Amino acid sequence: MTLLSLSRLRALLVKEMIQMRRDRVTFAMMLAVPLMQLLLFGYAINNDPKHLSAALVAPTQDRFTRAMVSALELTGYYQFRHPAATAAEAEALIARGDVSFVVTVPSDFGRRVQRGEDPQILIEADATDPSVASGAISTLGTVAADALSRELGATSGAAPPVDIVVHRRYNPEGLTQYNIVPGLMGVILQMILVMMTSMALTREIERGTMENLLAMPATPAEIMLGKVMPYMAVGAVQVAVVLVAARGLFGVPFVGSFWLLGAGIFVFVLALVILGYLISTAARTQMQAMQLTFFVFLPSIMLSGFMFPFRGMPLWARMLGEVLPLTHFLRLIRGVMLKGAGYADVARPLAALSLFVLIFGALALLRFRRTLD
Amino acid sequence: MNVIDVQGLTRSFGARKVVDGVSLVVEKGEIAGFLGPNGSGKTTCIRMLCGLLTPDAGSGRVLGHDICSQQGAIRRQIGYMTQRFSFYEDLSIAENLNFVAGLYGLPPGAVRDTLADLGLTSRRGQLAGSLSGGWKQRLALAACIMHQPQLLLLDEPTAGVDPKARREFWDEIHALSARGLTVLVSTHYMDEAERCHRINYIAYGRLAARGSVAQVIEDAGLVTYTVTSARPGLIASRLSGAPGVEQIAPFGATLHVTGTDRAALEGTLRAAGVEFRPTQTSLEDVFIRLMEQSEDNMA
Repeated sequence: MTLLSLSRLRALLVKEMIQMRRDRVTFAMMLAVPLMQLLLFGYAINNDPKHLSAALVAPTQDRFTRAMVSALELTGYYQFRHPAATAAEAEALIARGDVSFVVTVPSDFGRRVQRGEDPQILIEADATDPSVASGAISTLGTVAADALSRELGATSGAAPPVDIVVHRRYNPEGLTQYNIVPGLMGVILQMILVMMTSMALTREIERGTMENLLAMPATPAEIMLGKVMPYMAVGAVQVAVVLVAARGLFGVPFVGSFWLLGAGIFVFVLALVILGYLISTAARTQMQAMQLTFFVFLPSIMLSGFMFPFRGMPLWARMLGEVLPLTHFLRLIRGVMLKGAGYADVARPLAALSLFVLIFGALALLRFRRTLD
Repeated sequence: MNVIDVQGLTRSFGARKVVDGVSLVVEKGEIAGFLGPNGSGKTTCIRMLCGLLTPDAGSGRVLGHDICSQQGAIRRQIGYMTQRFSFYEDLSIAENLNFVAGLYGLPPGAVRDTLADLGLTSRRGQLAGSLSGGWKQRLALAACIMHQPQLLLLDEPTAGVDPKARREFWDEIHALSARGLTVLVSTHYMDEAERCHRINYIAYGRLAARGSVAQVIEDAGLVTYTVTSARPGLIASRLSGAPGVEQIAPFGATLHVTGTDRAALEGTLRAAGVEFRPTQTSLEDVFIRLMEQSEDNMA
């Protein structure tokens, strides 16, 4: 026996290639996953997000105010989607996460500029994701000074230094953990629950017990609920662990309503286990179920706003992100835990998650075959 | 009313017609044998009968319910034992039975009685996966009849089971039949076919013969001779393909030579100068003949 016989090696290679080709899903994954990673990493992810939506609270719209606003927009970081908000509206916008910044220009701003009396503006940044705000904040000083001296150029000499007050809301120290740890709960839940439930039916098929199960009187809805409910209990344990760790190990604040968060987690977990079950109606083997789970998991991490700022992504990536349950859950949990968001503030993510439950559930029941056809 | 009464069942997988126009009638209380070679469509037929597969064509009733539209009602009244052990190997005997009892909504006593009947009360905690083939089969049968179905569909129930367990299994089937249960059992063991009240022989997706064992043998119109020789192998190769000889099957030191043309066969045997005497044609000879005929039809 030679150590390496070419004919034996060839036989092994041929067999391996045939099996690879026969397993269509694996083959597709081998091509699709690198492509997906390439596109997501390459085009969608941006660590220095620009054109972040902002609200402007400016009771008097004089020329200095306008100059400041246009100078801020020119930096490319700010986009004033809500140019004439009241203080209360602005507060709601930032709490809901509709805007990343609230720029407040006091009514005496113009007068103080002209008199040279230390004009002030207030910039409140949503610092739940510290990386979003950092670029926008760092450019402020020079921008403001330049804008005003241009505006004053005709009348007098040097502009008074603008005192820019920055409030990093919800996370004054800019701690990354505040953003990551609640997000991790979503990621952990998604990883484990979708993976476990995605094997629900494939395991029965692989072990040959499916035929017997189908021959007995159980309805598709009963089978689905029977399969996913135990994993909801698993999810509950995971939630408890992450919440305790968030508090005890990472000191993440919890300012919102516990019950509201609980409701959000419940709907999210339900969406996840039913998504997993939906995958199990499509996969033929447990291996395929794993691969499909991974196929959903990868964009969830990349495009949900967990790893990279959601607002920094181009429109197409954000639209993809919107169809992932994790995106909506992150908005909800960060809103409730860090900002103390109330029901009205998280109604939209909550509704989106409920919609996922309905859609995934309906698809799973439609896909489920009561027969072996 | 017949318990099973289906006509023209047809089912294809891809381009392959696995079951082709099979009609089947099974009367109440009957033990109907469903015979045929591997891949002849027995399992597909049974799955269509219990609503697990939808026929491409054909219609009929099982227990009075339409097989295409009332699968739910059929499922509740039949017991179906799959070819492969399909209970949960990682559950204990009692846990498996409790699961089945729960799905059919049976009272808790049902499991206790079944365990006692099986003689498994003391081993109730044992994992089903650790049972021997014979015990798995008994457990599966017990689980299938726990809800007192009116029709039992058994798909090769005795594959891989030792003779004693097989004997006991058939005693149980006859006892159930005596109580009025109708049974359709697929097999390719000839001795099992002979234990059925009536057999249905299916080959290449088509029903090739039907009736009692004696009837099927008679209908085949075969004559068989036992040839005794010191060198059966040599004789067999010499007789093969000779006029009137259609099948040669060695049985120890003797050969069973079968054909349809008595005169030609006797002539050939006489010319070969071997010792021969007429014998009863066996079911096996008939089945092999039917199989070859069906093969010809396919070609």
